[in-house]
Amino acid sequence: MTGLVGAVAFVVLAPVVGGLIAGLDRILSARLQARVGPPVLQPFWDVLKLLSKRRALVTVFQEYYAGCFLLFAIVAGAIFFGGGDLLLTVFSLALAGVFLVLGAYAPNSPYSTIGAERELLQMMAYEPMLLIAALGCFMATGSFHVDAIYAHPTALVGRLPGVFLGLLFVLTIKLRKSPFDLSASHHAHQELVRGLTTEFSGPTLALVEVGHWYETVLLLGLVYLFLAALGPWVALAGVVVVYALEVLADNIFARLTWRVTVASAWTVAAILGATNLLAVHYLKQ
Amino acid sequence: MTNDNGLSYLLPGILIVLPLVPALLLAVVRGQAMRSAVVWTGALAVAAGSVWLAAGHLSGPPLALAFDLPWLDRAVAGAGLLVSLYMLFACRGIVKREWWIPVLIVAQTVVMVLVEVAGPRAERPIVIDQLSLVMALIIGIVGGLICIYALTYMEDYHRHHPEVSDRKPLFFFLLFAFLSAMFGIVFSNHLGWMHCCWEVTTLCSFLLIGYSRTEEARRNAFRAMGFNAVGGLSFGVAIWWQLHNGRAIELDSMAAMGSAALVPAVLIGFAGLTKSAQLPFSSWLLGAMVAPTPVSALLHSSTMVKAGVFAVLKFAPVFHGHTAGYLIALVGGATFLATSLAAISMSNAKLVLAYSTIANLGLVVACAGVGSPEAVWAGMMLIIFHAISKGLLFLAVGAVEHRTGSRDIEDMEGLLATRRALGIVMIVGIIGMFLAPFGMLVAKWTCLKAFVEVNPLLAILLAYGSAPTLFFWTKWLGKVISVPGAARPAVGPLSANEWAAVGTLAVLTVCACVLFPLVSDYAVAPYLARQYAGAMVAPAGVGIMALMLGLLVLAIMAFIFYPPRGQVSARYLAGANMGAAGNTFRGPLGEVTPASRNYYLMGFFPEGKIILGGSLASIALMIVALAAVLR
Amino acid sequence: MGIMSKSPWILHYDGSSCNGCDIEVLACLTPLYDVERFGIVNTGNPKHADILLITGAVNEQNKEVVTNLYAQMPDPKVVVALGTCATSGGIFRECYNVQGGIDTTIPVDVYVPGCAVRPEAIIEGVVKALGVLELRAAGKAQTHTPTGKVKA
Repeated sequence: MTGLVGAVAFVVLAPVVGGLIAGLDRILSARLQARVGPPVLQPFWDVLKLLSKRRALVTVFQEYYAGCFLLFAIVAGAIFFGGGDLLLTVFSLALAGVFLVLGAYAPNSPYSTIGAERELLQMMAYEPMLLIAALGCFMATGSFHVDAIYAHPTALVGRLPGVFLGLLFVLTIKLRKSPFDLSASHHAHQELVRGLTTEFSGPTLALVEVGHWYETVLLLGLVYLFLAALGPWVALAGVVVVYALEVLADNIFARLTWRVTVASAWTVAAILGATNLLAVHYLKQ
Repeated sequence: MTNDNGLSYLLPGILIVLPLVPALLLAVVRGQAMRSAVVWTGALAVAAGSVWLAAGHLSGPPLALAFDLPWLDRAVAGAGLLVSLYMLFACRGIVKREWWIPVLIVAQTVVMVLVEVAGPRAERPIVIDQLSLVMALIIGIVGGLICIYALTYMEDYHRHHPEVSDRKPLFFFLLFAFLSAMFGIVFSNHLGWMHCCWEVTTLCSFLLIGYSRTEEARRNAFRAMGFNAVGGLSFGVAIWWQLHNGRAIELDSMAAMGSAALVPAVLIGFAGLTKSAQLPFSSWLLGAMVAPTPVSALLHSSTMVKAGVFAVLKFAPVFHGHTAGYLIALVGGATFLATSLAAISMSNAKLVLAYSTIANLGLVVACAGVGSPEAVWAGMMLIIFHAISKGLLFLAVGAVEHRTGSRDIEDMEGLLATRRALGIVMIVGIIGMFLAPFGMLVAKWTCLKAFVEVNPLLAILLAYGSAPTLFFWTKWLGKVISVPGAARPAVGPLSANEWAAVGTLAVLTVCACVLFPLVSDYAVAPYLARQYAGAMVAPAGVGIMALMLGLLVLAIMAFIFYPPRGQVSARYLAGANMGAAGNTFRGPLGEVTPASRNYYLMGFFPEGKIILGGSLASIALMIVALAAVLR
Repeated sequence: MGIMSKSPWILHYDGSSCNGCDIEVLACLTPLYDVERFGIVNTGNPKHADILLITGAVNEQNKEVVTNLYAQMPDPKVVVALGTCATSGGIFRECYNVQGGIDTTIPVDVYVPGCAVRPEAIIEGVVKALGVLELRAAGKAQTHTPTGKVKA
């Protein structure tokens, strides 16, 4: 029952929270650049405006893929906040990502195809670390279920410091922050054409934006999970610090190449993530 | 545990012999109409037979046939010897650097004679449990469909390749003989019989790969025979070891022996690794791609390589909890990772499929090596899902290749738009291979859970190997679904024979995804409960998977009934669009059609180095595994 | 104020400008003017944009590009001609390859003169354009066809 409440709460509240986070992100970025920045509600205005524009698509399939991206981003989060299986959350997130990529492939436009390829490279870069994080949660708590992991008495970050750091590393990729925003930057003005989302417009682009909000909340929820046992305030503060660091990184780094992205994400997953898992395994014996 | 029902008692034997009837007929009939009739009848009979057998025995205890017919033993042994001698005879076609192939075959023949001298006896030469039945269903249905598909394909093949001499009678004879041998492998409880059938599949694949008689085909056929002879030798040594130590050579009693059967289990497991093309033996299966597509489909989906993993999976209870088993699992894990990485740089669709087959078989081997009930559950599920999806994909790629003259993924751009039905079946096959909530992912999910409980190392390998899988399948999918950029040659329709096979497999792929809990309850769980004394493995997360599938269906429905409307806009080409539809752009030399190629990243993921690394790791692991059991 | 004017995304296209006006457009994004305060984002992609800002005159080389970019912007949309060249062709008006101002090719809603146009003027022009955008979104202003010559 509590699971259902969590899932429904996510479906209803995540776009609100995600939009606010996006607004705060833009203000913080502006302040880091000595600007004032937009109002905090700006992302909502953006989405409402996009929804009121006329559809203009190369192929109607784009709308379908964008809709499925949103749908499965919601499913992934609902599984997570409903206390469901962590691996299934990761798989569902991957499914959502695949739909987004297909949406970028569908128009067969050179710019958006390159965006799709680069998005796939990003997915390939972060996927091992996300799975390792899920495996780490199981090894530390004995369960893949988020509710059981959440209820675990000791903080995961204590047992899995490497996994946590590795997760923060790939979070940068997943949140589309520099230096790993290969396929499309989170901020429109940092782009020449806008990679992955080049051919999305109007309501279809709005679906992608909202899907991204859901993803952001889900990912920050994952960060929270590692700190949950420290108490809600400490954990929340931790999440805020993590996000602020991501924004900082976004503003102080230039974009790196895909080679560096894939190589570094895999190396980090191996050195911090895999080593941590093996250490937990062998120390337990 | 014999069954008194006469017909079902005979059915396994009939199933082994049954495909030989169309096989022999096909060897003599000439003319497409006659051949077509025989193939259809034969394929339907084989499929019906396997379904009937499965329907009768899927629930309940394994069907053990106890009989002692010395003449049959001798006949089987004689047949095995004949096969070996024929292979030796075929070796007159080798080149100098292939000297090791006849040496291996001679060694293998010597071992077979030694075994025969020791007088192998089995009380229950044939035992049929749920694993055999699942395999039989795959062989009967998927194999039968591939034979039907081959009817039109081979006609086209010879039209496209006038230089290849038309030996269709031999070809179809071999296809059905292959099915017969496969039934023999999965039903035999007598190791000697299984070994004989094992050799028959090696011979059939040798002849099928070399069908076109080109130099490349001949070399690849010999490589296949040589590598499989390594496994055959190992298999023979396992039987000899058992007899030498006065132990049983019955598969079911060996599997129940636990660590006492570790030595033969590792040896037969090694044979399974060669047959299922695990590193370092992968190259024979890649080389097999020179053969006509139905052969690839048959080798990859329902026969040959599946025999390899079947043998390894049979011994899973022996491997469970043993270092040697875990090392074999690591061979599978390393193969999975290396071949998944290698597939990234392939633009030839058949090579992508080949590497993906090897990768998935690696996963099955890993499951078998770990040997826990959950792992075996995942392994069996992987075999089922993989057989159907991969069969479908090979046949779809073959159909595209015969119509466009290319098996390059880049040339499949816009397939969904130019030939919708073919595009849809290809999409079904691809998403069946890697996406939630579809079959393979269910199995992979259980794999991860089963692996991490033992040691995270294998789960980490799986995590790393899954990422490239996502990459190479999605980019293929992206090509198929994209709107065609340039005008593509029109793709002709599929023949009735091709549709019968491709359509049925597509439906089966979807059905397997929807009905996998039933497959689990009726086939896999009873097998595990018996092998592991009451172990209960229920598929987890069925509800959520069903929800995801339902949402996907709803989304498709919504799209069909309420398609989005709006302005149609030309794609963004920096404003330099030209032409009425705006699909070309004005470049420095006039009108240019934009073309985008997928990323293959050959510099970053060099196939050769990756396979070499994986092979070295596998060899090291195998040596350590062998040392661990012989210690 | 409607939703359109709360989130105006612009596409900036340099026709055959001398770069003077372009520098001023970019200046609007800098901390001094910071137009993101009003939710204005420079998208660089016609499919995302609501306002097309064009600097420089239209010439034989780019008239199709201007038409294409305009056509690829989803409705409702407005066009702002920035600087003297964009409004009338400016000193390049008589060149053999120059067609003239932007309105010779696509319909222009707001003309912002100046050589180079000042950031304050650009911002004012965009604000004026927002009024047109709102009217157009509400169906009260004429929607142009890509080849139409109607001025707001």
